Amino acid sequence: MAHPAAATASAHDVHAHELGFVRTYIFSTDHKMIARQFLFLGLFMMVIGGLLALFLRWQLAWPETPVPLVGRLIWPDSEGVISPAVYNMMFTMHATIMIFFVIMPILAGAFGNFLIPLMVGARDMAFPRLNMLSFWAGALAGLLMLAGFFVEGGHAAAGWTSYAPLSAIPQYSGVNWGQNLWCISLFVLGVSSMMGSINYITTIVNMRAPGMTMFRMPLVIWAMFITAILLLLALPVLTSAVAMLLFDRVFGTNWFNPAGGGEPLLWQHLFWFFGHPEVYILILPAMGIASDVLSVFARKPIFGYRAMAFSIIGIAFLSWVVYGHHMFVSGMNPALGTSFMITTMVIAVPSAIKTFNWLGTLWGGNIRFTVPMLNGLAFVSMFVIGGLSGIFMASTPVDIFIQDTYFIVAHIHYVVFGGSIFGAFAGIYYWFPKMFGRMMNDTLGKLHFWPTFVFFNFVFFPMHILGVGGMMRRIYNPMQYEFLTWTEPWNIFISVSAFLLGLGQIPFVINFLWSLFKGPKAPLNPWSANTLEWTAPSPPPHGNWGAALPVVYRGPYEYSSPEVPEDYLPQTRRLTTAGASSRAH
Amino acid sequence: MMRWLPENISTYGAEIDWLFYLIYYITGVTFILVAGAMIIFLVAYRHREGRRATYTHGNATLEIVWTIVPALILVILTFLSVPGWTRIKSRLPESDIHIRITAKQFNWEVTYPGPDGKFETEDDQTFDNEVHVPVGKPVILHLTSRDVIHSVFIPQARFKQDAVPGRVIHQWVEVTKPGKYEIPCAELCGFGHSGMKGFLFVHTAEEYQQWLKEKWPS
Ligand code: HEM
Ligand SMILES: [Cu+2]
Ligand SMILES: [Cu+2]
Repeated sequence: MAHPAAATASAHDVHAHELGFVRTYIFSTDHKMIARQFLFLGLFMMVIGGLLALFLRWQLAWPETPVPLVGRLIWPDSEGVISPAVYNMMFTMHATIMIFFVIMPILAGAFGNFLIPLMVGARDMAFPRLNMLSFWAGALAGLLMLAGFFVEGGHAAAGWTSYAPLSAIPQYSGVNWGQNLWCISLFVLGVSSMMGSINYITTIVNMRAPGMTMFRMPLVIWAMFITAILLLLALPVLTSAVAMLLFDRVFGTNWFNPAGGGEPLLWQHLFWFFGHPEVYILILPAMGIASDVLSVFARKPIFGYRAMAFSIIGIAFLSWVVYGHHMFVSGMNPALGTSFMITTMVIAVPSAIKTFNWLGTLWGGNIRFTVPMLNGLAFVSMFVIGGLSGIFMASTPVDIFIQDTYFIVAHIHYVVFGGSIFGAFAGIYYWFPKMFGRMMNDTLGKLHFWPTFVFFNFVFFPMHILGVGGMMRRIYNPMQYEFLTWTEPWNIFISVSAFLLGLGQIPFVINFLWSLFKGPKAPLNPWSANTLEWTAPSPPPHGNWGAALPVVYRGPYEYSSPEVPEDYLPQTRRLTTAGASSRAH
Repeated sequence: MMRWLPENISTYGAEIDWLFYLIYYITGVTFILVAGAMIIFLVAYRHREGRRATYTHGNATLEIVWTIVPALILVILTFLSVPGWTRIKSRLPESDIHIRITAKQFNWEVTYPGPDGKFETEDDQTFDNEVHVPVGKPVILHLTSRDVIHSVFIPQARFKQDAVPGRVIHQWVEVTKPGKYEIPCAELCGFGHSGMKGFLFVHTAEEYQQWLKEKWPS
């Protein structure tokens, strides 16, 4: 097989030394630098999204009391009190930022970019310039989104789902430029993700190193591959929908406005046809990361590798036909509700398969509780809760009651925080040595993990109880309802835990920044892992590999193999004993 | 979580609650089994110097079992969910009480057709945020909206349905216990969403007749 990347190898090496500051650190075409840029973008936005969440929690626990310290500075007109309109803006932006500018940049953007070429044995992405453009389009989208905070009328306030006609007609929400910027920003982000996903798919399909068959790829690469396909197919639906919404708002078209012959439910169909696959875009990479981390630190081959890969494919396939479960009480034909319930129940099966295989991977292991492993285990256990609470919503009659209550908020967070964010932390702690060439501090890592894990559950588990008790989501003061007065102590407990959860992130910030500059130099393969990235220098140079590409002899999960005395067997190591190299796995 | 559902006052609420508890027990047991297994594995197989992990790539029988068992449970749950859903959402019972609820930013307009039983006639009457119904009789609700999407939520009656501008959605409910209940809006509808609240007054048969007489004298 001819490898076009191999031919340009030496050219790459030469280039690396000639590039100036701007080409190395800012307009870089190196997938690793782009990965770091996405990581910084995501972490920066996480601070903003997190602070917004704390404001929300302040309001829910102590409704209509001035926010201490900063309240009077930010909202002088209301003496530091959060108004209902501001509350709507904040949960809209909290969710929008967390989903589009934290999880997507970190999981798909940073880890996708960093890991794909390194783990399949390529020198870079297939289209490095497009890759650079993808980051800068993403950064521009982020800038546009943040700009909305400063325009007259405030930022978008129709929820991250922006249901029409509330979002389509400015008079209804009182928001004008904020919602327009929301549309434009997500439009640009759609373009960015399109460029990224084309790159991922092409690289994985065309640029694998000799011997790297599809079924020798690590599961995290499988996850990125399928995520990229979902991105390529789902994001354009959103991109078109936000363009239509913008046209309704600015040019007076009537896609979603019933007064002009439009159909409000069309927005929901378009949004969720994108939105449900999007949920899997957020979780699949985390599943991949967790699979790799669990196998490495259990020192065991992943249990049921093929079943794991096929369930990723199955989930992706099914994610297109379940989207209507967000619309059971929307006024859509109830017969459709039944068919969406059936597909939704079916999609729970591959998730169950994955969970049991993770357990199988732990069984009989020799488990090391490193910081990446702790986060990986948190991912698995929290994802189980998020998955199980989904079954309540899948059952149509139960969903009538549960829909739009805090049960949903609990479910979302068990999936996106308990799942995606713990997955992201697992990935950051695990690949930091390769990404930055330095080790992170273990003690600080545990000081970050334990409070995060404990307070995460204190914050989000009681939300199930609030939801089952009927507390609606997106309300700014539960005390306006007599049937919710009992929620007050719970809301205070949740909010106090949320502030502690926020404080629990400080050790991470310190650890990350300190290790970046002062951490001890990382060895080539600090975790004794098998996959290709650990054979490249830490951090890998431009072009990743020396003169020759790595050659792959086996699958990625050969831990504790009886063929070697060590408990790991890298994919590139050639065994000379007869029969050894013929093993497919 | 056992007692956290609000008291049920509708004829179909018990069916929803029953399904809820069924799923609650199934998921609860599943969670205990999974978490229990995980904790046992983490303790039993924690790192020890010199020990080697079991070298295995999987087990076909096990994998088939843990695919089929959850699939079966989910199929059963699906079959159990369909009848209730159909009864609640797609079949309207016979009833001579029709009420139109028109949502708007930020309250509920409740219209009664009056003695002639027809909407858009002289004797229609509209009330703000007050729905009056008799106990033990199915009531047909015609839901619509003037501006954005709202959602009529009556927690105790296990009733929830979006009100969508441009269409009229027909739903029903039959309540079993007199009293006054809140009707919050469950779909974000603008800055007044929180606090957009009406009341459901459930009257005994006599009280309801009394109320009708008061509002439609003659
Ligand atoms: C300190 C951590 C967090 C806290 C305290 C928190 C708090 C909240 C609260 C209170 C709401 C509900 C707003 C409402 O219904 O009125 C919410 C909604 C949401 N959050 Fe978070 N959150 C946190 C982290 C995250 C993370 C990490 C993500 C995603 C990565 C996330 C994604 C969402 C989403 C998607 C919604 C749905 C908003 C909606 O109903 O439209 N949150 N969060
Ligand atoms: Cu409303
Ligand atoms: Cu509302």
